[in-house]
Formats: sequence, C-alpha cells, structure tokens
Amino acid sequence: MTTTSPVEKAGGATATYVDERVGSNKFLSRNLGKVFPDHWSFMLGEIALYSFIVVLLTGVFLTLWFKPSMAEVVYDGSYVPLKGVMMSEAYDSALNISFDVRGGLLLRQMHHWSALIFIAAMAVHMFRVFFTGAFRKPREFNWLIGVGLTTFGLLAGFSGYSLPDDLLSGTGLQIARGIVQAVPVVGTWAAFLLFDGEFPGTEFISRLYGVHILLIPGLILALVTIHLMLVWTQKHTQFPGPGRTNDNVVGYPLLPVYMAKAGGFFFIVFGIIALVGGLVTINPIWIFGPYMPDQVSAGSQPDWYIGFLDGALRVMPNWETIIPGVGWTISWNIFIPALVVPGIIFTVLGLYPFIEAWVTGDKREHNLLDRPRNAPTRTAFGMMAITFYVLLWVGGANDIIAVAFDLSINSIIWFLRFALIIVPPIVFVVTRRTCLSLQRRDREKLLHGYESGRILRLPHGEFIEVHQPLSEKDLAVITAKHDYVPLPAPDKADADGVRNKKYRAQMLRHRLSEFFYGVNVPKPSAAEIEAGQHHAAHDAELEAPLHEYEDDDQIRTFHGGVLHHPGMPETNAEQLEQEHRS
Amino acid sequence: MKFLAARRRSPIVASALLVGALAVVGGGYAALGSVQPAEAALAVGSQTQVEKGEQLYLEGCSSCHGLKGEGTASGPTLVGVGAASVSFQVSTGRMPLAAPGAQAPAKAENPYSEDDIAAMAAFVATLGPGPAIPTAEQLDYASADEAYGGELFRINCAQCHQAAGQGGALTQGKYAPSLMDATPQVIYEAMLTGPQNMPVFSDAQLPTEDKQAITAYIMGLQEASSMGGLNLGRFGPVTEGVFLATAIFAALIAAAVWIGIKSR
Amino acid sequence: MSDLTPHQGNADDHGKAPAKLGYSPVADIPHKPRATDTDPKAARRAERQVASMFLLSMLFVVLFVVAYVGIDKTTVVYIPVMGEVGASNVALGFTMGMAILLIGTAAIQWAKKLMPDVEVVQQRHDMVSPKKATLEAEANYERGKEESGFARFRLIRRTLIGAMVLFPIPLVVMLRDLWTPTKFTEGESPADLLSTTLWTDGMRIIADGTYQGEDNEVDSGGEIDGEPVPNKDSIAHRPIRPEDLPVGGLIAAIPLDLPEVEHIEHNLNARGKAAIILVRMEPDEIRSQQGDGWDVEGILAYSKICTHVGCPIALYEQRTHHLLCPCHQSTFDLADSGNVVFGPAARRMPQLPIGVDEEGYLVALSDFQEPVGPSFWERG
Repeated sequence: MTTTSPVEKAGGATATYVDERVGSNKFLSRNLGKVFPDHWSFMLGEIALYSFIVVLLTGVFLTLWFKPSMAEVVYDGSYVPLKGVMMSEAYDSALNISFDVRGGLLLRQMHHWSALIFIAAMAVHMFRVFFTGAFRKPREFNWLIGVGLTTFGLLAGFSGYSLPDDLLSGTGLQIARGIVQAVPVVGTWAAFLLFDGEFPGTEFISRLYGVHILLIPGLILALVTIHLMLVWTQKHTQFPGPGRTNDNVVGYPLLPVYMAKAGGFFFIVFGIIALVGGLVTINPIWIFGPYMPDQVSAGSQPDWYIGFLDGALRVMPNWETIIPGVGWTISWNIFIPALVVPGIIFTVLGLYPFIEAWVTGDKREHNLLDRPRNAPTRTAFGMMAITFYVLLWVGGANDIIAVAFDLSINSIIWFLRFALIIVPPIVFVVTRRTCLSLQRRDREKLLHGYESGRILRLPHGEFIEVHQPLSEKDLAVITAKHDYVPLPAPDKADADGVRNKKYRAQMLRHRLSEFFYGVNVPKPSAAEIEAGQHHAAHDAELEAPLHEYEDDDQIRTFHGGVLHHPGMPETNAEQLEQEHRS
Repeated sequence: MKFLAARRRSPIVASALLVGALAVVGGGYAALGSVQPAEAALAVGSQTQVEKGEQLYLEGCSSCHGLKGEGTASGPTLVGVGAASVSFQVSTGRMPLAAPGAQAPAKAENPYSEDDIAAMAAFVATLGPGPAIPTAEQLDYASADEAYGGELFRINCAQCHQAAGQGGALTQGKYAPSLMDATPQVIYEAMLTGPQNMPVFSDAQLPTEDKQAITAYIMGLQEASSMGGLNLGRFGPVTEGVFLATAIFAALIAAAVWIGIKSR
Repeated sequence: MSDLTPHQGNADDHGKAPAKLGYSPVADIPHKPRATDTDPKAARRAERQVASMFLLSMLFVVLFVVAYVGIDKTTVVYIPVMGEVGASNVALGFTMGMAILLIGTAAIQWAKKLMPDVEVVQQRHDMVSPKKATLEAEANYERGKEESGFARFRLIRRTLIGAMVLFPIPLVVMLRDLWTPTKFTEGESPADLLSTTLWTDGMRIIADGTYQGEDNEVDSGGEIDGEPVPNKDSIAHRPIRPEDLPVGGLIAAIPLDLPEVEHIEHNLNARGKAAIILVRMEPDEIRSQQGDGWDVEGILAYSKICTHVGCPIALYEQRTHHLLCPCHQSTFDLADSGNVVFGPAARRMPQLPIGVDEEGYLVALSDFQEPVGPSFWERG
C-alpha cells in the first residue's frame, strides 16, 4: 500500500478498536484469505440464503400493516368489488396492504415470491448435495440441518399462505384441520386445542401469526447460522479437476473475489425478486374473496411445496377402518398420505448419509465431489425419489392439467395410482444403466481418447478414426473416479469355530453393499490409460500433415468423410475442389 | 343447540322471529310474483319466424333431438327447454355438436345468424313452456351491486368456474368453461337454463337483480386490470409454481453460471 | 477393509508447502490471462462499465422515489405482453429491482474483469482433533466429573435427572387451555360438538348469501345478554319453497338461525357444519337415499362439507347427479344416498331429512343423523 486514504485510516483505526476488545484480527488473519471453490451449482445454497434474507426483510415491513385478527369487519377500502363485504380483520388488512399502502403490494408479492424461491432453492441445493455425494463424512450433520431447514421452510411457507384469510388460504387451513383430526387417538383434541375449538374459530390466525413471524423464522435463522459455520470450518467441497485433491481446496480467496461475487450475487437475487414482485402477480387475494367455511373455488391449490401432499391426498384410495365395539375411526385415507408419507420421505432423507455410510462401510472424509454417474446406485435412488415426488405433484395439479390438456381427472388419478408404484423403479433401473453407460464412455475415453469423427485413410489402405488425447482437465476429472469394492460376505463362524452372532446383520449389509457397489465399470489401470492416451497422440501425429495443407474449417467439411493421407495421389485440396465442381 | 332454544323463549326473540317470519313470507311471495311471468311465458314469435325456425330445426337439429323435439338416443328432448336454451347453445357454438364427447365445447364460429337463432328459439319455445330469452332490461347490469354479485358468485359459481372465472375440471373429462369471454346474455341464459351439467339457477332462487349483480361481478373480472403485474392466467398457485420453476430459476441459474464462467 | 482406505489423491500435492497467506498457486491449474490483464484499454472499459452500473443504480433509486410520490396507486397502464397493469406496483418494482440488480451485476463484473482470476490452493485438514487436544479434553472432563462428585453422589444424580425430566411439565400443562369451552359450548366434548349442527326439527332452510351486501349495517333487533340481535326485517332471509327449485337446480343453503347465531357467537363455526346444498332431480331418478322420504318431491338436502378433510363441495353435475370436491376430487352420487363413487373420501355425504312447513317452505326434519365433515377418532 503506497497511499492511505482517510477512509482507510479510519477503517484501520476501527479494526484496531474492535480487535483490542474482541480479538477480531486473529479471526480475520485466518479467514480473509480463505479459499472458496467456484462452480455455478455451489451458488444454489446462496440463492436460498439470500431469498431468506429478503423474506425476513419484506416480512418485517408487512408486520407494520398486517393485523392478525379474525374479528369481523366490513371492508371499506379502495377495491370496489369487495366494498361492504364482511371479512376478517386479517383479510381486510391484507387488502389494505395490497391497495392502500403505496408499495404494499410490491412488498407482499416480493415476500411471497421470495418464500417460493427460498424453498425451491433449498430443494435444488439439496439435489446438488445429494447427487454429488457432498453429504458424506464429515458433512452428515450439515445434511441433517439442511433437512431440518427444508422442513421448517415448508412450515414457514404454509403458515404464511394461511395468514391473509382469503378463500384459498382458509381452504388450506380447513384441509390442515382435517388432517390433524385424522391423527389416531389424539387428533380431535389436538385440533380443538390448535383452533380453540371448532373450525374456523376466532383464534387460529393470531396463533399462527406468532408461529410464522417468530418461532419458525427464529429456528430457521439458528439453523442457517450453524449450517454456515459448519460450511466455514469444514471448507467447501469441490469438483475434481486439475490440481484438485481431497486434501486441498482450489478457488478464490474470500477477499476480494469471493466476497465480491457472493455479495454481488446477493444483490442479483434481491434485484430479481424485486423485479418479479413488481412485474408478476402472485396470490391475488382480492380475487379469491374472504374466507367462508361454506365457500370454495375450483382449482384450489396449495403453493408448490405443499403440492406433493395435496397430490398424495388425492391419489390415496378411500380406506378407513372403524374398530368395532369402541367405534374408533382410523382414517387411513388421510393419515397415510398426509402424515405417514411425508414422515417417511423426511426420515429417509435425513438418515440417508448414515444409511449409505453403513451400507458401504465408507469411513473416509470426502472433500472431492462424486460425479453422479460414478455413484450409479445413489443417483438412481435419488432419481427414483424425485420421480415419486414429481408424480405426487402431478396429482396435486391434476385438475389444472386436466383442463389444460383436455384430460379427465379420474384417468389422471387412476394413472397415478399405478404409476407411483411402477414408474419410480423403472426410473431407478434406467438411471443406473445410464450411469453405467456414461462410465463406460469415460473408460473408453481413457483407453482411446476422444473420437474425433474423422476417418483417415492410411497409405497402405487402412482406414482409421482419428482419436485425440484427452485434455488435462478431462483427464483429471475422469481419473478422479474411485472404484469401490463391496463389503465381503461375513463368515458364519470364525477360525476357532465360534459362532458369529452378528451374522444376519452383516449378511444384510454385505448384500446391500453388493447392491450398491455391484454395478461399476472399473477405471483402467494407470498403464492402460497412458497407453491409450499415447495411442491417441499417435493418431494425431498421423493426421498432422493434413493440417499443413488445410485450415481447420476445411477439415471439418469432411467430418465423417474420408480424408486422404498426403501420400495419396489426391490432396485434400484437390478433393475439395472436385466437390465444388460437381 | 340448547342456548338457542333458551334464547328463543325470550319475548324479544319471539317477536323478532315473528317479524322475521312475516318479512320472509312477504318477501317470498313478492319474489315469486315477480318471476312467475318470465318462467312460464310461452315466448310467442310471429308465425313466419316460427316456421322459419322449424325449417332450420328440421335441417340442423332434428337428427339428434327428434322431428318434434322429443329427443332420441343421441340427443335430449327439447320440450320445455325454452328459447333461452336454444339461444345459449347455438350462439356459443355448442350446438350443433361437432362430435360426441364428454361435453359440448363452445366454438368460435356457428353457422347461424342471429335471426336464425331467434327463429329456432321461437320454434323450440312452441314445443313447451320454458325460460324465455332475457330482455335487454334484464341484461342491464349497470346499476347492479358488484360486491353483492361477488358474494353470490363465490357461493354459487366459484366452486366450478373458479374464483377468477377461469373455469375448472369436473368429473370424467367434463369441465366448467372459462367465463372470460362470456357475454351478459350468455351468462344470464346459462344460469336460467342449466346447460349440460350446470345446475339451473331459476329466477325464484336468483332473481333478476341477483343475476345482474353476478353479471356485473363477472364483467368486472373480465375487465379487471392486473394490479400486481403479469397475471399468469389467474389459475392460482400452479401457474405461479410453473413460472417459478421456469422463468425465475432460469434467471437465477443463468446469473450463477455467469458468475462461475471465467472471463476472457 | 483395506480396499476402502482413503484415496490419497495426487501425492505430489503434499509436498507443496503454502507459500504465503495459507495458499499458493498450483502450477498445473491452467490459467489464461484475460483481456483486462493484458490490455489496459480493456481494463479501462471494464472500469467504466462497473462505474456506470453503480451510477445507473443510483439513478433508479431516484426514479423509485419519483414513482412513489408521483404515481397514484390506482393508476393503470397498458404494457405490451403484460396487458393492463397497476402502474404503481410495476414502476416501484422495476425501479427498485433495477437499482438492486445493478449493484449486483456491477460487483460481479468488477470481480470477473478486474480482480485476480488466478485460482489459489489452500490445504485442508481432517476434522478430527489432534490427539493431544482429545487427551486434554478427556482429562478436563474427568476432573470435572470428579470435582462435581457427579459419580459419587448417587442421590443427587438421580434427583437431578428426575427434576430435569419434570420441569418442562408446567409448560406442557399450560397448553391445556388453548381450548376452553365458551358459554355456548359448555359441557360438551369435542366429539359432541363435531356431531351436532344447528339443524333441528322445523328449522327453516334459507338460501345462503342473501343477508350481506352493501347495506348490511345491521339494525339492532334488541339485545340479549348485552349482545345486539339482528333485526330480521333488515336482512333479506330468503326461505325456499319447493317450486323455487327446478329440476336440475342447486341452492346453497343454511339454517334460518345461522345469521343470528353468528352474530351472537362472532365466529363461523356453526356455518362450517350446517352448510347444505339442495338439489332437485326427477323423483324416479333417485335410486336411494339415506332415509325413507327424506326428500321433498325430488329435492334432496346434503351436507356441503366434504367427509374427506372438510372442503365445502358444491360442484354438482345436474345430469350425472355427481358432486365433486375441488380439493381432492372425491365424488359422491347424490342420486344414490350420496355414496362415494370416486376419490379419497371414505364416507358418504350426510343427508339432511327435509319436509315442508305449514306455510309451504322447506324445513329440516331433524339434525343430521351422522356427524358431518371430516373424520375424527371418536366418530365411529
């Protein structure tokens, strides 16, 4: 630093002032140069974080005007088609925000859009982490926290969707109440406690408000903090590439590049949300009207993240059991799709890192990401789960789909009832085979280099396809694959003839491990790779004289055709000329 | 409900109930009196109009609805459906039916002129008493209470036609159509006649002023500006989700990719 | 499991000691210099781009304030593609969005064009703590255990556990009063409340939605217990005669007492249970109903609340007599006792027995004979 501006001087003085009190320079010295790897898919989590910040910010503004009360008032705002209509104070104030507070509608729409983005970004981020194996040791806790964040995200979203007390949100609450009531044994009482008696009551919106603006955001904020601290201490994972190993991290230092990029991206996400909030309507509550328990609109849908639940409710057959004698009712038709299915989805999701670690016996730390194809079983499992989820989604939107594509809701539901069982396994098999094919192609590349698509006729008449050696980057990426070996089968008894008490569990684990790692196209040995790349380099050498005659463009004209070696009577140039003449 | 019974014993409530009951009875009679003529009227067209209508009917409709409108296996009877029904079905292009299906779809074009439709309506009206084509006075919704219409719309219409009037799915491929292109006459006639699977909303149940209010509300929906920007078809959260997954995420991921690409 | 030992990566990396600040460039990471690295003109251009984006951002903030002050919130403008839209929202969102977005793009452009783009390497360390730290932690723990006497004082340990288990109980117990019966629901269990509605023998059926609207300033019809009672003169209750409902017709209806009850209770609970629909079909189209003669000349009254999870249903197809729920698409056949023909609902729609009173208006003959709405445990 040659010159020091007054601002910098002041900054330095502040840093010293703070450091003398909290010792912050120790932290800064370690961390201002911290390296973060760069990849677009690593920014999905950032989208979630930034949209959450926007949710908080806009939410605080909305609390200034929103009145979480179900007391009845007569609307007297500026939206004419509802003038004089009886409604709750909550809906009335939500209308006032939309029509009588300047910028209020913008805030409402930004809040809603960023909430949708928040949950969607978490989901997509989760997919990235899953398919690249970033949840493996040492990052299992962070995966669990992520699952918790997603769950709280859903609750935050649903509680917010329910607050304005319009016809759509009230219908959602009615369904939620029906679901609570379907919980065996305690459901009726739970519903009465939550709603202060019967539906809709007069208390629920104000109760939900506390949950929506304090409890859930507080929990999310706490979990986000831990999530980021763990990312910080564990350092970010990276994709394989030149110079990248399991023991280093290659990227840009926090100051200045990463800070500029992450900070800039915050403003981009924020800006996009503000643009969308200004340009695209979301949840026009004034059209739905105030909530009345005896009114409903066709096409009543939840926001996208609850869609799978609504779909599950629609697809479920109508099973119900009444226990004779005591007259207790078990509503399988509600209980299973609304509570058991999401319960299973989130439990399996949360436990997946531990399940995979147990099955594979893999106890290493993983900082280098898997390419999805190199973990075919995991990738197939993930695609299977996503397929299941998407099919439930289709169920949730089937009335809109029916109208848009001229189908019958009944046929869609019947299709889904079978498809939910049949299609995910098919997707599993197809994905796994696709991964294996991609592995095979990688192996081919290592053994023979790229197929250039150019056929070369050698002076002695032989035709060869020219193979090119792999680039440094591709070589590094492809060779990063690790060939795992399934766990060995356990013995029934050890060498001394003592019975193996854990035989059954070990056998199960062996079988699962076989299933997990059983399909694999092994990476060629180092010698084979070198020979292959060498061979490709030789091809290039054979082809090299052609390049002396022609520029690249003309060689490309012959893509897939026959090129003549300079030893032959016709040169490439002559051949081209003939082509043009004829 | 015990508390109510207890309350009803109070003299104030008793007198209130009595007054209420009287008002109700009076109102009911008044309502009935006012609607009787429209309901039962045999719309009388001129003789030539009826003859023309019969001719058109025999050419275009009788193969399904029978020579005397008695109905056949492929079409219901038209006795008693009234002129309003003919006007609705033909003017919206639903009839003549192009092909059998879950329900008759509205078509932009119909082969009949307004006079033709009036003639056919006049003829069908002679087959039996049924709702007449609403008069211009009945269709005039200028002084109707839009907010009241909205209330009625949410009670009677939104469950099938959706809160924004975009329509919705019914069972087995049937659907409630969008109301975005419906004219006051079409709306009125649909309520009056209950075409296809739509229930009938008679003038006794929804008197003319109620129908006018509903019309005013639907017209308001048709003309409503989208205060929040692009309206995404007003289908609700599904289209919002689609917009999120496509446009918004395309923008966000494009930004992320841009950040990730090395500059040259 | 020797085959699962860690893949050591490129062994060479371990030899490279970080040169400065904890990272060092690695030779085999490819790097091409950018135009802005080699060409001062390009660097100047990039600088101008970034600065102008910051400048534009400031301009948009000014425009935002102008739009906030200058555009009336009811103004509508026509914008191609979007149609007629609210000018205020669009202008505010666009200016604010652009102001923020431009800061972001400027920062990114700055980072990409002008900040170093040489990737650097930092070594990772296993998460596991060094042996020494672990031993120290263990020793500290042991010392703490010893000093506190946690292991020795068995009684303290057990009572501590007991106290820790019990202390949250008050917090849970206090949740009991999340629901307390009101004066209207005194002495009735949740199951009782869910099983009864306003309908009683002789309760008149009135059309829904006829008592609101512009002039719903309710004139008091006196007071009961300090609560004003609506004057029924001022409210157009519309009772229903059988002849009001043509074949193929549908009426959403409520009990005559409902408006009064709602006025007294200040909630919509009674409505959520008592709402019904009346439909009329030809008497010979009715294949079965839930009780003998529960119809009036082909007019049937069914609950409007779905037996699945409680959405109001009125998607009635007058030809098929099917009633469809818009939420989860349960379908009921009203010509056949309201039985379920499709979808997730397990139980038929409860039917309300109706008749005609002396004045010729439709009335209920009793309450529903089974609980309406979604299932609950004690329902039976």
